[in-house]
Amino acid sequence: MAKEFGTLFLFLAGGFVLSLVIVFVNWLLRPRNPSSAKARTYECGLETEGPTWVQFKISYYLYALIFVVFDVEVVFLYPWASSFKSAGLVPFVEMAIFIGVLALGIWFAWKKGAFEWN
Amino acid sequence: MISIAFYLLTALLFSAALMVILSKNPMSSVLWMVVAFFAITGHYVLLNAQFLVVVNMVVYAGAIMVLFIYTVMLLNLSKDNDNRASLLVRLAGIVSGGLLLTVLIAALRRSTDAAVGDLAQVGATSLVGLVKPLGLALFRDFLVPFELSSALFLAALVGAVALGKKEASD
Amino acid sequence: MTEFLTTVFNLIQGILGVAPTTLALALPWMDIFWAFVYFVGAVILLIINVIMLIWIERRAAGFFQERVGPNRVGPFGLLQTVNDTIKLLGKEWIMPASADRMVFLIAPLLVVTVAVTMYGLLPYGPGITPVTLNVGILFFLAVSSTNTIAVLMAGWGSNNKYSLLGGMRTVAQIISYEIPMALSIIGIVMLSGSLDLGEIARSQSHVWYVFIQPVAFVIFTISALAELTKSPFDMTEAEQEFVAGYHTEYSGIRFTLFFMGEYANLFSMAALGVVLFFGGASGPWLPPWMWFIGKTYVFILFLLWIRWTFLRIRVDKMMKFNWKFLIPVALANLLVTGVGIKLWQHFVERSI
Repeated sequence: MAKEFGTLFLFLAGGFVLSLVIVFVNWLLRPRNPSSAKARTYECGLETEGPTWVQFKISYYLYALIFVVFDVEVVFLYPWASSFKSAGLVPFVEMAIFIGVLALGIWFAWKKGAFEWN
Repeated sequence: MISIAFYLLTALLFSAALMVILSKNPMSSVLWMVVAFFAITGHYVLLNAQFLVVVNMVVYAGAIMVLFIYTVMLLNLSKDNDNRASLLVRLAGIVSGGLLLTVLIAALRRSTDAAVGDLAQVGATSLVGLVKPLGLALFRDFLVPFELSSALFLAALVGAVALGKKEASD
Repeated sequence: MTEFLTTVFNLIQGILGVAPTTLALALPWMDIFWAFVYFVGAVILLIINVIMLIWIERRAAGFFQERVGPNRVGPFGLLQTVNDTIKLLGKEWIMPASADRMVFLIAPLLVVTVAVTMYGLLPYGPGITPVTLNVGILFFLAVSSTNTIAVLMAGWGSNNKYSLLGGMRTVAQIISYEIPMALSIIGIVMLSGSLDLGEIARSQSHVWYVFIQPVAFVIFTISALAELTKSPFDMTEAEQEFVAGYHTEYSGIRFTLFFMGEYANLFSMAALGVVLFFGGASGPWLPPWMWFIGKTYVFILFLLWIRWTFLRIRVDKMMKFNWKFLIPVALANLLVTGVGIKLWQHFVERSI
């Protein structure tokens, strides 16, 4: 296993170094004439007004919460799926209950209009 | 080799965790937290708990991180807004933090060096963290907790929707 | 491919001054050597892919829109991307004064890192998988989901309203469509009984899963387009709404890095589709890795065809489509697959 994760680490570190090399080559070749106009925030020629980091609407937060719940569920489904063929009928029923309870969750969120994006 | 990696990861984890607390900006706190999550993922790699590696990356570094960032975006971060917590909230924070510290110390006192060594031994050859044994354990030995967890998810979902809709209508 | 790599190995041994047959490196050094060979191979493949895919995309777009597309630099305009890359390498560094420096600078580097790592997980053929993991497919999804971190960092670090809005929306889109994608893959895992990508590809020696799981294939294709933020799901780049989305403030080489990541991911996502639904690297006559790359390019052309045919859909409709249609259908597909496998086991396999 050390071999697999070692290779993986090499890919991670190597990928980072690759991107650094690209940026470094650009650093060598680039022209250097900064001006304050270039460093302004881009907004179609107008001056930007007010702070950027403002309060966002709650829809995003709701989506993220529902996503977390489903993500955990989906991850749990994978070990089940990989031993599905060899296991008997009981795990199938167990998982059907598990999914059923979550489908109930979707149905509730649907009825409450949590999936409306407005 | 493994122990060097362990200490490096632990150092990274601790410094990232400290930066989470010390950063003035909530957004950089979240980003440091992601670094901490990846350090923990590294620890799971050392234990060869492959499924936990994936769960940690998908759920924590993926989903929880997004949730935290959206939570931060939900706060009003502009400077003129006074975000300091009230005395009561601070007191509650001190009490709960202190309780957590007590539990942690109590748990750590019981683990001896020998136990830690055993854990490192287990790590190299362990099959516990692989998917199939885990699937079997989930569906045979821990069936009731597993099914109960779906009820927990349902409760979380209903709570989130109810809260979100209430705030949206305000 | 293996013969080729062995030749390279022998060549390097020759350069090192060791006779090819007698060299017996200690095992960890051997592994490290192979890891480097795989890494260099993956990077070369990535760069060729990016150059080819950008050219293909532009030519294909030209074809679908009844115009010519780039045709001046080199034969059929093949060197256009090389030309653009060299141009972009000589561009100035521009960073908005109000940006969060570290976050702004690191985000594009992360995109390329993630793209390269994903190339390490693909099974290019028997014996040519850089990283074989017990949890392969899940790990692939986990790595690809870390892209959201880079998007959020870029959107937030730029300190630009368009970037922030674009980043937030992109992330909401990517995470939403991750769920139908993962659900569609579960059906395949149930059939193959393994999470290892190579194993999944091998288990299709009789019949490709696209014929057994057509619904899963449709769901996978739709969510792959959304994950890649390609049209009809390219809200991220909805110019009328927020200029260029999360990379509005990026120019020159940093923009190039985002672009590289995007096209590298197009290849690895299509390769995942080939592994899951089209039998991976199997095929007659040609060497397996050629089949793998060929099939992937055909699948990419299919994705580009969809991309240039459909119009962008509105953001609220896209979200509704995901939660109210794709996820319920994917769950139903799982149920049908489960019942189907159990019936098959009960009636067909038992009677044989």
